[in-house]
Amino acid sequence: MAKVKGEIVINSERCKGCELCVPVCQQQTIAMSDKLNSKGYHYAMSINDECNGCINCALVCPDGVISVYRVKLKDAAVA
Amino acid sequence: MEEELTRESICQQENLVYSRTPLMTPKALSYCPGCGHGTAHRLIMEVIEEMNLQSQTIGVAPVGCSVLAYDFLDIDMQQAAHGRAPAVATGIKRLLPDKFVFTYQGDGDLAAIGTGETIHACNRGENICIFFVNNGIYGMTGGQMAPTTLPNMKTATSPYGRDVVSMGYPLKITEMIAMLPGTCFVTRQSVHTPANVRKTKKAIQKAVQCQLDKKGLSFVEIVSNCNSGWKMTPLESNKWMEENMFPVFPLGDIKVPKP
Amino acid sequence: MEDIKLMKGNEAIAEGVIRAGCDGYFGYPITPQSEVLEYLMMARTEERTGMVVLQAESEIASIHMVYGGAACGKRVMTSSSSPGISLMQEGISFMAGTELPCLLLNVVRGGPGLGTIQPSQSDYFQAVKGGGHGDYKLIVLAPASVQEMYDFAKLGFDLAFKYRIQVMVLSDGAIGQMMEKVVLDEQIPRQTNEEIIKNHPWATSGKTPDRERNIITSLDLDPVKQEKINIHLQEKFKRITENEVRFETLMCDDVEYLFVAYGSSARVCQKAIQLGREKGLKVGLLRPITLFPFPYDEVAKLAKQVKGILCVEMSAGQMIEDVRLGANGAVKVEHFGRLGGIIPAPDEVLNRMEEIFISKNNYGRGTN
Ligand SMILES: Cc1ncc(C[n+]2csc(CCOP(=O)(O)OP(=O)(O)O)c2C)c(N)n1
Ligand code: SF4
Ligand code: SF4
Ligand code: SF4
Ligand SMILES: [Mg+2]
Repeated sequence: MAKVKGEIVINSERCKGCELCVPVCQQQTIAMSDKLNSKGYHYAMSINDECNGCINCALVCPDGVISVYRVKLKDAAVA
Repeated sequence: MEEELTRESICQQENLVYSRTPLMTPKALSYCPGCGHGTAHRLIMEVIEEMNLQSQTIGVAPVGCSVLAYDFLDIDMQQAAHGRAPAVATGIKRLLPDKFVFTYQGDGDLAAIGTGETIHACNRGENICIFFVNNGIYGMTGGQMAPTTLPNMKTATSPYGRDVVSMGYPLKITEMIAMLPGTCFVTRQSVHTPANVRKTKKAIQKAVQCQLDKKGLSFVEIVSNCNSGWKMTPLESNKWMEENMFPVFPLGDIKVPKP
Repeated sequence: MEDIKLMKGNEAIAEGVIRAGCDGYFGYPITPQSEVLEYLMMARTEERTGMVVLQAESEIASIHMVYGGAACGKRVMTSSSSPGISLMQEGISFMAGTELPCLLLNVVRGGPGLGTIQPSQSDYFQAVKGGGHGDYKLIVLAPASVQEMYDFAKLGFDLAFKYRIQVMVLSDGAIGQMMEKVVLDEQIPRQTNEEIIKNHPWATSGKTPDRERNIITSLDLDPVKQEKINIHLQEKFKRITENEVRFETLMCDDVEYLFVAYGSSARVCQKAIQLGREKGLKVGLLRPITLFPFPYDEVAKLAKQVKGILCVEMSAGQMIEDVRLGANGAVKVEHFGRLGGIIPAPDEVLNRMEEIFISKNNYGRGTN
């Protein structure tokens, strides 16, 4: 069991669908949507609860549209 | 215990570990999907934010795809004529020596039309930083051959591939300027993987610190993709870059600052 | 007590910029103006006023260093001679597009090409009609003495900042090299960075929380906005035309035969007028001091009064186009000039006036 738990928030309107974030996620958390955003791009989205908040995806996203949140499980339990 | 962890409870400000720096303006980047310019911009702004330099910074934008960099970077900026950014930065730094001054330039800008300005700013040891995005092509004008274009690489102006006999060889300007005593820190990095992004950010931090310490010119080359110009998907272009660009433009420090 | 010194024209303007509170000079050696950079280096300006002086690797680099400094709100300048000024046109156009103030000195030599190092006035078109790409003008000041070389340093900077425009002092090798007495002013202190932020809020000085970021750019891809920028520039040039025309007249009260000349040529005409007046000829001189804005109205006024105008230039005839525009057909306007770096002699000039307008019994008026 992971000691940390993460979540990502993707600004899907600003995502350009480049897919660079997909292979860098070791948790296979990110996939491309079938739908298009208003600019006509298939946008990235989070598809599972496995994110560990490693920020890899956010680091390589050229458009800086991914925000990453992370909690230590202990802390979360207290909260 | 774990059941209490909802997406909402995690996505709280106090748990935020990464988001786009506020020193990037809200404006959507004009770059193609997957283009390394965006990541390079963001890293420079992250460092300026973390080192608390916004009010001290004057940046110089080039002519190239990043001509509009000033639309995205929330700092005072000057737009320079094609290739002249190092001269413009020289003028700024000489008159405002306490400001943090950098240029951001592409390979056509820095290593073709601006070769003279680049070399002489380096040779004078201007106390500035040069951030050099090398994508081996003229992205902005539609993918023509650059001095950095690889041998046999096809571009709009080398449609049968770059014939080195008539068109010359890829110019390794970074190695050239590393030989000059005026440069203090010269490095070549990339921004295509998380590990490389981290290294590039460290290099940018080091370059900025060199300027603050008045050590001379720091030069950070970022080998980057131009998936539009190379006519590949962003993922393909990064792979192609590793296989083809890195052997000619190997990553790593070329000259490290003296302590 | 007056501070008077015997100086070369090139030295006088160098001393003039120091005393006018110049912050930076960037230049590249070329005859016949290398004394400017040499004088500034010799003067230890860093110690005297803190003024930065840098020898650049080329005129292209020089003008873009000027761009960088000017965009920080500093009083900066460069100087060169004809071939070097040609190289600078890119940067001058960029400064026109970004409305950056600066002082430029062209100590003109004969061209085209490498030409000669002797004095000439063949860069009039380049200076007055634009020079680089795009619709723009420089304020062009034409000194005719070493004193004016000195005076136009301060005047040039004042006009440059008043209008956010590039001011060119269009001199020539003769005035650059000649020695005359110069009355010097007291040192004007350089502006502090705080003063610059206050007086030039557009300057890049580092974005502080109390203001939006300052951007210096000539780029706008939207044609509607680009047209607006151009209209704004044209309005500025119009204001300058209305307010900044400068000229001098000599013996024009009763003038019948008018010389129009600037710079070195005006000095030659001055002597020609002495010779002519001794012979009883009513000759006079209009000397434009600003070439842009050009004294069209004064030309028009005098054209109605005189029997002939001789435009004397060390060129194949460039300013004559503006003189003819001013005269607007009221009187015949002819050109006399020597080319290739030769300064015409006063009697040569007077003879020409007599030949064209006087001995053949004036076919001047109304026959244009
Ligand atoms: C004097 C001048 N010549 C040519 C151009 C056209 N031009 C614009 S960008 C560019 C090449 C830019 O390539 P690079 O510096 O590699 O930047 P990239 O777009 O690849 O990031 C050229 C030739 C220009 N703007 N100005
Ligand atoms: S933060 Fe890490 S684990 Fe979470 S989605 Fe991004 S890459 Fe995957
Ligand atoms: S890297 Fe960024 S822009 Fe590209 S697909 Fe992922 S979220 Fe979208
Ligand atoms: S053309 Fe190339 S360098 Fe320019 S934005 Fe597109 S991918 Fe980037
Ligand atoms: Mg390029």
